[in-house]
Amino acid sequence: MSGLFAMDQYAAFVWGAYGVSAFGIAVIIVSCWVGYARAKARLAVLEKAAP
Amino acid sequence: MLRYANPKRFMDLSGKALPWLGAGAAILLGIGLYMGFTAPPDYQQGDTVKIMFVHVPAAWVAMMAYGLMALSAAIGLIYRHPLADVAAKAAAPLGAMFTALALITGSLWGKPMWGAWWVWDGRLTSFLILLLIYLGYIALWNAIEDETRAAKATAILALVGAVNLPIIEFSVRWWTTLHQGESILRPGGPSISAVFLWPLFAMALGYTLLFFTLWIVRIRTEILERRARSLMLGLS
Repeated sequence: MSGLFAMDQYAAFVWGAYGVSAFGIAVIIVSCWVGYARAKARLAVLEKAAP
Repeated sequence: MLRYANPKRFMDLSGKALPWLGAGAAILLGIGLYMGFTAPPDYQQGDTVKIMFVHVPAAWVAMMAYGLMALSAAIGLIYRHPLADVAAKAAAPLGAMFTALALITGSLWGKPMWGAWWVWDGRLTSFLILLLIYLGYIALWNAIEDETRAAKATAILALVGAVNLPIIEFSVRWWTTLHQGESILRPGGPSISAVFLWPLFAMALGYTLLFFTLWIVRIRTEILERRARSLMLGLS
């Protein structure tokens, strides 16, 4: 198990690459869902206000 | 094809497809990560080979996203189909993010293998240009207020920028480069071992499904925002 974390002598590079990827993907997922939820809520409000 | 692309039908169909696409992406990424982390170290690159499982899929999706964006832009330009413009616009931020991830993870792979974070060779430079085209495309959409004019201008930029895709693909053949040559889609079959190939396939497919999931979410968001804008105009 410690070998997995040590990644030979390249832990900083390997885990750095996975960390950056996870962070980037998490940011884009959250921003997509938040944007969608906001647009849905805004449209619902406008549809209520519409005659 | 275009018959199925009206916004109402798209909202119905995509609403049903989204959970399946999202679940497929999560499962494939889980399998790919497990297979990748249990794969043995490469005899030359050691454990840095594991960076391939996040670098190559990000690069693949970055190029695929551009191809889809340019295709949507072309359909929008030729057929004046509003959903095509929306699809092109929605793909750009996702493509930009995956391009940035490919560049950063490539840099983290390059430093231990080449001894440099960055080299100005054909593959890396053309990929950096891809990121700049994506950013230019997004900036152009935001700079023009009128949606029809913005769609037309950005479509032309997307189509001109598509010239960069074959340059990225063939750069490793055309120029002397530190970046390794084609090792999967090449004459004679893949040159990498099956222990690396299967996790790579799983991750690439997982990234692809993730892209389609997020692309659909962004298209749906844009459709809702356009509906809201037209309602606002009606109310004012």
